[in-house]
Amino acid sequence: MAEPPILAVKGVKTFYGAIQALHGVDLEVARGEIVALIGANGAGKSTLLMTICGNPRARAGAVQFDGEDITALPTHEIVRRGVAQVPEGRRIFPRMSVFENLQMGATLADPAHFSHDLERVFAMFPRLAERRDQRGGTLSGGEQQMLAISRALMSRPRLLLLDEPSLGLAPLIVRQIFEAIGRIAREEGVTIFLVEQNAYHALRLADRGYVLANGRVRLSGGGRELLANAEVRAAYLEGGHP
Amino acid sequence: MGARLSSMLKDAGLTAFVAAALGIFIVGFRTVDVGSRKGLGFDYQFADLAVAVVTIFFGRLGLSLAAAGLRWPSMVLGAAMIAAGASPLELPSGFLHWFVALGGVLLVIRGVWPWANDAMTAAAGSRSGVVLGRAGAKWSGWLLLAAAVAMPFTPFGDQKTMDLGVLILTYVMLGWGLNIVVGLAGLLDLGYVAFYAVGAYSYALLSTQHGLGFWVVLPIAGMMAALFGVLLGFPVLRLRGDYLAIVTLGFGEIIRLVILNWFDLTNGPAGIGSIPGPTLFGAVFAETAPAGKQTVSQMLGIPFDGIHRLIFLYYIILFLALITNLFTQRMRRLPVGRAWEALREDETACRALGINPTNTKLTAFAVGAMFAGFAGSFFAAKQRFISPESFVFIESAIILAIVVLGGMGSQIGVVLAAVLLIGLPEWFRDLGNYRMLAFGLAMVLIMVFRPRGLVAHREPSLRLHPIKPGGGR
Repeated sequence: MAEPPILAVKGVKTFYGAIQALHGVDLEVARGEIVALIGANGAGKSTLLMTICGNPRARAGAVQFDGEDITALPTHEIVRRGVAQVPEGRRIFPRMSVFENLQMGATLADPAHFSHDLERVFAMFPRLAERRDQRGGTLSGGEQQMLAISRALMSRPRLLLLDEPSLGLAPLIVRQIFEAIGRIAREEGVTIFLVEQNAYHALRLADRGYVLANGRVRLSGGGRELLANAEVRAAYLEGGHP
Repeated sequence: MGARLSSMLKDAGLTAFVAAALGIFIVGFRTVDVGSRKGLGFDYQFADLAVAVVTIFFGRLGLSLAAAGLRWPSMVLGAAMIAAGASPLELPSGFLHWFVALGGVLLVIRGVWPWANDAMTAAAGSRSGVVLGRAGAKWSGWLLLAAAVAMPFTPFGDQKTMDLGVLILTYVMLGWGLNIVVGLAGLLDLGYVAFYAVGAYSYALLSTQHGLGFWVVLPIAGMMAALFGVLLGFPVLRLRGDYLAIVTLGFGEIIRLVILNWFDLTNGPAGIGSIPGPTLFGAVFAETAPAGKQTVSQMLGIPFDGIHRLIFLYYIILFLALITNLFTQRMRRLPVGRAWEALREDETACRALGINPTNTKLTAFAVGAMFAGFAGSFFAAKQRFISPESFVFIESAIILAIVVLGGMGSQIGVVLAAVLLIGLPEWFRDLGNYRMLAFGLAMVLIMVFRPRGLVAHREPSLRLHPIKPGGGR
């Protein structure tokens, strides 16, 4: 690859106090790709995503964004460089309206783009346009997830990190959300790194995938390839989703 | 029915028993000095205790009745209690009259409340109610402002009322200032009075020792207080909720203790006196002007009247409070103000959106402190004497109570709460010590019936389009 990957994680080790959560993780995300990270509960998926954002910081190894070392930067500095995050559990601002939530998402963006970007996300999720003056906390789970994704897009990121976008959502809504993620990658050209427990949907959508187990990358490969992998099927798909 | 009544009676009996068990030591006995030889003796007040216990029995019974849906019997009981309290019946003490009557009032309110609530909801839902509500939301602030501006020229504008007005407005301003920190940014600050003290001492020292005037010192005092706000902000950046509250509480006490003990600078517990009042274009408010100055009555050619100074102070604090309000309203529409609110909602999400939580918190502390500094400076100029006694913890607690009771983040709620918490206790000074009881009761009642504050509704800082009927909402 001539140009550097947009995101490179090299030998990252993360600790919570004395407990080691990540035991040297290596992975790369190339520009324009959709990459999924799957794994069981407690495998360290969310920890890895949070480490990329600098909270908690990696104790060893390096995180590079677009060739620049961002390991030691504070979260808001990392975000400023074009990384947007849809945090686990959505974390929208419950007492603020949909519109105000989107405004918060545009904190770092050029104000001149605001109305254009607003139309873009409203076109992608018309439900949000209907509910723009409604308080965030009163939206349904699916609408909140749409809002969280839209809010992240308002900063015009180059890399979008999604933490469990399917968490607690009905199967139909999950399908809609994943369709939207696919469209964001194809139509907006945003690179996507996605952490999911729902291996089926994530791997079907992704160009490539990584399987994390006990803080280490266990497997990697193309999305469809992993989906067909016997080990993956046994560990993450059997008895789960079709 | 019979079974329910008997269980209610049993419950009321139990409550009365608990009250008696607790009250026997607090109310039943009183130590009295019976002369140097014998030392202390006991005085028995069992009649008082008995009346209190009976009142509690019926009060509890009334509440149970109301809870079971039997509102009429409950209200009759309440009315009977009011009558008993107001009657010329000889109760052992005057307080017991109040106690019985207030208990009755509570029962009646409890009985009427559901109807009142239903009626309010129905009225708010009706067409004219909606129109009225919208107009109220839009104009009530302006109406209040007009009333406040006109106040000194109405027949009500006598010495006592103007004094009270100045006091209430001071607390309105402090409430609005603290609202930035607590209501908008969600940082629980229990030491807000420290910044008030910094502002007051800044003006007191600069005016008495360096001869600077009020209008010159006002911005300096604000900046000094803001500086202290940042000073407090730094160590507490990583703290949230309860921990933050404890540290701010400590900070408030530290400032007070430093003022108390730094004798060379602050004159310690003796305080600072003869602080000059604010001037109007260089003219002073006094009967005779000091050398080289003129009095306002000379300047305007009107006869001297002590109330002029009070009216002037009233307009200054009204003006300062309005600035606080306008500034806050403006800030809410700016990125930094929106970041404050977002920070209150979810700090993690804020980081994820690239908001720097450090700067956001520090600006909230600094801006909130600045307004306390202005208010403190005004306080010193009004009182002309300040001492550490004016800046004790209870002041912080009252200001916080105003913000919380008003409904966190609501500007008009702060005004209502300030009138209620500052105005009413002053008005009812005749009640003596019981006014603090009424104060506590009012706070409990507000929190029970309006747990999110008097004005809990949060208006979005910006709407995209007017809401179309039938669509969207």
